[in-house]
Amino acid sequence: MNEYIIEMKNITKNFGRIKALDNVTLQVKHGEIHALLGENGAGKSTLMSILFGMNSPDEGHIKIEGIERKIQGPKDATDYGIGMVHQHFQLVKNFTVLENIILGVEDKKHGLVDTSRAREKVIDLSERYGLHINPDAVVSEISLGMQQRVEILKMLYRDNKILIFDEPTAVLTPQEISELLNIIKGLSNEGKSIIFISHKLKEIKEVGDRCTILRKGKSIETLTVIENSQEKMAELMVGRKISDYIDKKPLMPGEAMLKVSSLNMFDKYQGKNVLNNINFAVHSGEIVCIAGIDGNGQSELIQAITGMNQNYDGEIVLNGIDITTKSIRYRNIHGISCIPEDRHKDGLILDYSIEQNLVSKKYFTNLFSKHGFIRFTERHAFAKKMIQRFDIRSSGDENTLVKEMSGGNQQKIIIAREIDMDSPVLIAAQPTRGLDVGAIEGVQKQLIRQRDMGKSVLLISFELEEVFRLSDRILILYEGEIVGEFNPVKTSAEELGLYMSGAKRMVRSK
Amino acid sequence: MNGKKTLKQILPILLCILVGLLFGFFVLLLTNREEAFNGFRTILFGGFSGGIRGVGNVLYYATPVMMVGLGISLGFKAGVFNIGGPGQFVIGGFLATYFAINLPFEGPMRWILPIIFAAVGGAVWASIAGILKAYFKVNVIISTILLNYIAMYLVNYMIKHTIYDSSTNKALPVPKASQLPTAGLEKLFEGSSVNIGFFIAVIFAVITYILLTKTNKGYEIVATGFNPNASKYLGMNEKFNTILTMIISGALIGIGGALMYLASSGKSISVVDSLAAEGFNGIPVALLAFNNPLGVILSSVFIGYITVGGFYMQSYRFVPEIVDIIIAVILYFSAFSLLISQNLDKIVLVLSRFFKKKAGEK
Repeated sequence: MNEYIIEMKNITKNFGRIKALDNVTLQVKHGEIHALLGENGAGKSTLMSILFGMNSPDEGHIKIEGIERKIQGPKDATDYGIGMVHQHFQLVKNFTVLENIILGVEDKKHGLVDTSRAREKVIDLSERYGLHINPDAVVSEISLGMQQRVEILKMLYRDNKILIFDEPTAVLTPQEISELLNIIKGLSNEGKSIIFISHKLKEIKEVGDRCTILRKGKSIETLTVIENSQEKMAELMVGRKISDYIDKKPLMPGEAMLKVSSLNMFDKYQGKNVLNNINFAVHSGEIVCIAGIDGNGQSELIQAITGMNQNYDGEIVLNGIDITTKSIRYRNIHGISCIPEDRHKDGLILDYSIEQNLVSKKYFTNLFSKHGFIRFTERHAFAKKMIQRFDIRSSGDENTLVKEMSGGNQQKIIIAREIDMDSPVLIAAQPTRGLDVGAIEGVQKQLIRQRDMGKSVLLISFELEEVFRLSDRILILYEGEIVGEFNPVKTSAEELGLYMSGAKRMVRSK
Repeated sequence: MNGKKTLKQILPILLCILVGLLFGFFVLLLTNREEAFNGFRTILFGGFSGGIRGVGNVLYYATPVMMVGLGISLGFKAGVFNIGGPGQFVIGGFLATYFAINLPFEGPMRWILPIIFAAVGGAVWASIAGILKAYFKVNVIISTILLNYIAMYLVNYMIKHTIYDSSTNKALPVPKASQLPTAGLEKLFEGSSVNIGFFIAVIFAVITYILLTKTNKGYEIVATGFNPNASKYLGMNEKFNTILTMIISGALIGIGGALMYLASSGKSISVVDSLAAEGFNGIPVALLAFNNPLGVILSSVFIGYITVGGFYMQSYRFVPEIVDIIIAVILYFSAFSLLISQNLDKIVLVLSRFFKKKAGEK
């Protein structure tokens, strides 16, 4: 038998003029957990999309169990025993677990779906791999961690031998993460070969056997995980030394600049309160972090504070002014800056240029307009200055369209625009999502600088590492309620995890 | 914008028009083989077929569709799909005719005021769809299409009760004093119906261009078209902007109606149960121009050109209906191939892959 179950050799893939993959080689042994490590944009997803048949390589070849194969589409991949858990689950929400698992490969009896054999197999698999899943639960009613197990069961039910996990821990609590890592180890012990995509070194260290590092479309090295330190792998991934530590001035909180009291928001589609009696304040010179698992009311909280959704009751006070019923524009110019969580949806106008986006919160002021007409000279000068000050990089000048730029530089435009507003309150919603390690460092430094300058920073983050690195105070949001308040120095990821999953809650004094 | 970029934008448009014309030739071959070549030549020479008179008529026919094209392209830019051209057009046309007949003024006010009333009428009519969209999230395409029919029957009713000429089943003709001045154009383009309406439309094209590219409101309108969520987040009043866009769009289209029926050709509104074709022809005009107001000037002249060409085709025993079909084929095929050319890169890629594969199999 061949040593490798999958060999992707000398793969090159171009998208237009951009070389997404350049002579990349990935070799996965039978039954190993092979980690694929790289920053965003390093080519991990492209490589996997080629293995899964969604893209075809320009050069190179793929061998599966020693035989050269052409993979033309996901169906071919499935036929060769390759299964994938996508970052965003591909489940039918109002079907049961069992229905989701058999979807596409149903047994039929007299033209009707027959689930009896499938049910047995699912229960059997679930027990064998310790997945503890109820086949009759409706997917929309089970947790994200459980939904992920449904995805795993889908692959097992189809007898896949090669399992790909694309950033599987991004949506999970710390407890769920450790359970998942155990499940993955179990799968590997049962002889499955696993490709584990991640940029979290700790997890790779915990489960990985070998690790292939991609950087800028090239395969840098394949190393044995156990023999190498996290620092070494990080260095290979980024291409330079990065420091874990960001210099921060001692905490000196001033007055409460943003005060939210008894905030409730009712969602008529879900028929329940998505925000429930929220009370907190952010003082000048501190970073308060709202931690929690995605979908527990974080987006709604930002929408309420910025005014994007005004169907709430309660009170929001900004720098002494009651802004509860004020318009978005009023809040923008009276002291709330916001780095929105979805920069493409809310943050930028992608078809506009850098310049047009940089002025998009100030275009109507006398600086950039006269009698309703645009002052182009002033706008150009301003854009040039901002591009230099915030080191915004693109292939052209200030007239480059934002959609042609990298995610990190797009985020720089938003940050430049928001910081330039010089607002006392800065809301940063997942400001480092989807950015690579270098860009993350830049954004985090910028947030700390704002705090040190005496701004009030409200940070929403799902990455506990980031929460611990930046925040002065941590609030945990669970099902629309604040269930805990912590000092980052006096708590641990494990403790926060218990609150984030709703297992524990504390009564806060107001 | 540099020259290379402009060329890159214009080239596909010319290509589309060529494909449209070839397809039109194909239809000619199907319907009347003997005269197909002559017919096609007439369309190709379009406005020039009739000499100087034809050129004048090209400008005459281009005028109303230019205004409608402007209104529609402004809507498209803002992400509002105003398909209400026929309704806003006929409302504008009716009000212009009504006031042209009934106003007690003398002098230029006899045609300026009717144009203003037409603009207000078109604006009010279009704003209904704008308000429905802004406050009740009613799809603009659907509301404007429905409003087209309401406008058509409303105008038919109003004509019958106010300015009806029962002998022709049309509105009364606009009196000479209320017609748009020809300003010597009738001598330059002898025998044609051209008048200053064309230049009024060009001025509005320039104004629309300035509005969209040089002002804050234009910045907001285009931003809202590209990304309504971000515009809201940036503090723009998207409800007001939606309504404002519909108001301007409707006003432009309403003026189009006025310029058509105030023209010296003496054409007046027929009381018929069909929607005004000019209102729809504005859509391909806008598409061919990539929604650029200055481009609308050119694309509407192109449409005027083939309309006049089609008119002269009748001398080769093509019935008017066939001529209309040919024009429609050219228009819509042009717009359709525009879609294709915008995705040309992708198509070339797929084709080259396909042929590579074929070659590989052999």
